[in-house]
Amino acid sequence: MKSNVIKLVQNIAESLHLKPQHSFAGGVHPKQFKRTAHEMIVDCPLPPVLIQPIKQHIGELCEPIVQVGERVLRGQKIAKSQGYLCAPVHASSSGTVIKIDDHIIPHPSGMGLLSIFIEPDGKDEVDESLHPLPNYRSVDAIELRERVRKAGLAGLGGAAFPTFVKLVQDQQHPIETVILNGIECEPWLTNDDQLMVEKAHEIIGGLDIIMHMVEANQAIIAIEDNKPMAIESMQQTLLGMGLEESVRVEVLPTKYPQGGEKQLVEVLTGKEIPAGRLPIHIGVLSQNVGTSKAIYDAVCLGEALTDRIVTVSGDALPQPMNMRVRLGTPIRFILEQCGLEYLDDIKVIHGGPMMGELLSSVDVPVVKASNGVLAMHKYSVMQAHHEEEPCIRCGDCGDVCPAGLIPNLLAMHCKEEKFDRAEDYKLFDCIECGACSYVCPSHIPLVHYFRFGKGQVAQIRREKDFAEESRVRSEARDARIAKELAEKEEKRRVALERKEARAKAAAEAAATNTISEKPQEPDVVVKTDKPEAES
Amino acid sequence: MIFLSSPHQHGGNSIQLTMFSVIIALVPAAMVSVYLFGWLAVFLLTLCIGGCLITEYLCLRWMNKKTARVWDGSAGLTGLLLALVLPAAVPWWMALFAAVFAIVLGKQLYGGLGYNLFNPALAARVVLLISFPLHMTSWLIPMHAGATLDMYNFTTSLQFFFFGPDAIKQTWDAITMATPLGYVKTELTQGVTVTEALLHYNYSTLHAFIGREAGSLGEGSALALLMGGIWLMARHTISWHIPVSYLFTVALLAWLFNLINPDLYAPPLFHLLAGGLMLCAFFMATDPVSSPSSGIGKLVFGFGCGLLTWVIRTFGNYPEGAMFAVVLMNCAVPLIDYYIRPRVYGHKRRVPLS
Repeated sequence: MKSNVIKLVQNIAESLHLKPQHSFAGGVHPKQFKRTAHEMIVDCPLPPVLIQPIKQHIGELCEPIVQVGERVLRGQKIAKSQGYLCAPVHASSSGTVIKIDDHIIPHPSGMGLLSIFIEPDGKDEVDESLHPLPNYRSVDAIELRERVRKAGLAGLGGAAFPTFVKLVQDQQHPIETVILNGIECEPWLTNDDQLMVEKAHEIIGGLDIIMHMVEANQAIIAIEDNKPMAIESMQQTLLGMGLEESVRVEVLPTKYPQGGEKQLVEVLTGKEIPAGRLPIHIGVLSQNVGTSKAIYDAVCLGEALTDRIVTVSGDALPQPMNMRVRLGTPIRFILEQCGLEYLDDIKVIHGGPMMGELLSSVDVPVVKASNGVLAMHKYSVMQAHHEEEPCIRCGDCGDVCPAGLIPNLLAMHCKEEKFDRAEDYKLFDCIECGACSYVCPSHIPLVHYFRFGKGQVAQIRREKDFAEESRVRSEARDARIAKELAEKEEKRRVALERKEARAKAAAEAAATNTISEKPQEPDVVVKTDKPEAES
Repeated sequence: MIFLSSPHQHGGNSIQLTMFSVIIALVPAAMVSVYLFGWLAVFLLTLCIGGCLITEYLCLRWMNKKTARVWDGSAGLTGLLLALVLPAAVPWWMALFAAVFAIVLGKQLYGGLGYNLFNPALAARVVLLISFPLHMTSWLIPMHAGATLDMYNFTTSLQFFFFGPDAIKQTWDAITMATPLGYVKTELTQGVTVTEALLHYNYSTLHAFIGREAGSLGEGSALALLMGGIWLMARHTISWHIPVSYLFTVALLAWLFNLINPDLYAPPLFHLLAGGLMLCAFFMATDPVSSPSSGIGKLVFGFGCGLLTWVIRTFGNYPEGAMFAVVLMNCAVPLIDYYIRPRVYGHKRRVPLS
């Protein structure tokens, strides 16, 4: 009865268009600054040295398998997986390994990580250990998945989650819809846009491989309406490949953070990914368009992931462009290619302005997650990092939060280190999109507080786990000692009983033999001593 | 290098922008107050705004905070709002006391901007109303509503402002009149019906709407307040939730009871246009600091304000309840914020169990 009424109301609301059909809660409309829209993708030349960190994805570290002085080929595996959630690293060009050492990586902490330094020889010879599988339809899904894993693919949208993990068939959760994410909602970035214009065939080829692998029969390519050329290109290619029945292009109104996986799934399917679960649990698989192209390259051409498209832009860059960059190319080299030599009063952002990080050094290399490199004037970046003022509780942050959080209260709890309250306010449902900080009139770095809070909670949990582990271990030790003591006690008891029994028997024997013989007491004493010595 | 977290792009909103938007939205109402009460309104506005700014500056200095914060607009806005909710009859020292009270006890003692529980201007007005009931319930006859004497020119206003009615050789009775709300309330106690009372008062909906009735400075014109309020909502400086649910609740209750007994209960339009309701709904209840953060919370807050306003007006001792309603609901904000939260993405339950 109740659900019928709800359904009726929903139907009325939908018929009146009260419920926005293609939308998610909150969101902002940042100024776009897509300077590089429609700029053809340019190949970035080989740098003098390629620096390849052994971890360029979310997950576990890889282990270097090459030696200093060894010659490597393009696409040759140089660091192997050490765990499940891992993507191997391949040499981006042929050359010599000159050094394996710590090097700064694009990470907010400015931390260093073991990296393999390769001096390219310019020949760019290709390692052919991965043979092409152009007839992928006749290849088993498990083999294709292994190929994606071997090729070192990680999500190229910016999160760099190992791709093969998602490409799995699960009997309990069959995938109904594959979503190809061509939203690119970050301002400035145009790499996906241009890739869709130039490599539509490969992207859709990759999509076809994904659909074959997970046995999905429906797919949606989602593109925001600020990319008319990409939409046109994808639609034409779909028609050309005869896939227009199973794959459709969905044009969505521009809104940030529409490209977030959770938001995009909500917009396209009307379903929410339950907290703590994955898209696969509601029958959805989503991949970035760049990843899809990389899947095509890995399967049909047998190419490992050795390059990616990077938008090099920013208000301080003389010649912004979309570049195909070898993984490991130092960002300083890329900026020089775009005409930027002097970096005084310039801040470089790795990624987009909403979620990317400010680099403390431009010597960091391009990694699998690098979708953009933005050289900005210091003053324009500092405008966003105005001095923090008191919160006036206007609630704008909550209005724009796509996760439905109350960022101002959440940040307050994080700031005051009341992490239990912060978790109560669903700290871990924050996707760090930055919409709250973007609208905050008091310039409060809300995302910063959330990251701090998350880090602290993780630390507390680790310590708790450690304490718990220690407790279990110590209890086990106590139990073992107690058990040993008990065993000892038992043995002693048994020995004592035996001794008493013997003494008794001896006494009885003595009693019966008193008249005839004298008891041999010393003998008994010697025997009772014996069990104690044994224990 | 200082660690700066993303995002590195900002929408451009600031406290100053927000506060000055509200101030601009109040300009029509302030102009109407000058139109109704002449120089007296100018003196009151100047004194309240100046008093608040100076007090704010001194507080910031004493507390070793940045004195530049005086210009964030919040103190000026408090002063402006305070002047608009005061009757024109208050003497200078009372207005100054209210200004100091609003900033010191209403705002800075809580920790400054963003931490106050009550709307500072309303808190100051409540204190004045309870401490000085005579002045706070004497309503001067507005300039264009039959004020026979020439009391709103510069010198007479100045004399009245500083030395009271004796200085201009007047008695309170000669220069004051009742507000529609007050008049109806008194008549009802004497067994007169609402309709008759309004007829006796010579009440006109149009006058109440464009502004010719007695009342506090800023209450005069519902039209001026609506203009400012709608402009603020269109600019997203304030959200629609509080004004809409507030006004809707008052109108609904008034309509229902008026339907049951029109002799005892005033009609909805009368309630909407009378007294400080419009000012409170658009500018007081929407004060971000002392109202809930979430949209649903704001709806509940507005509903509570509306309910209390109507209940106090109808059953209370005071003819006007909007101010008390908002101040009372201000107390409930932490509770509302704790229990009423938007549903988080991917979670089913709306309200926390704890």
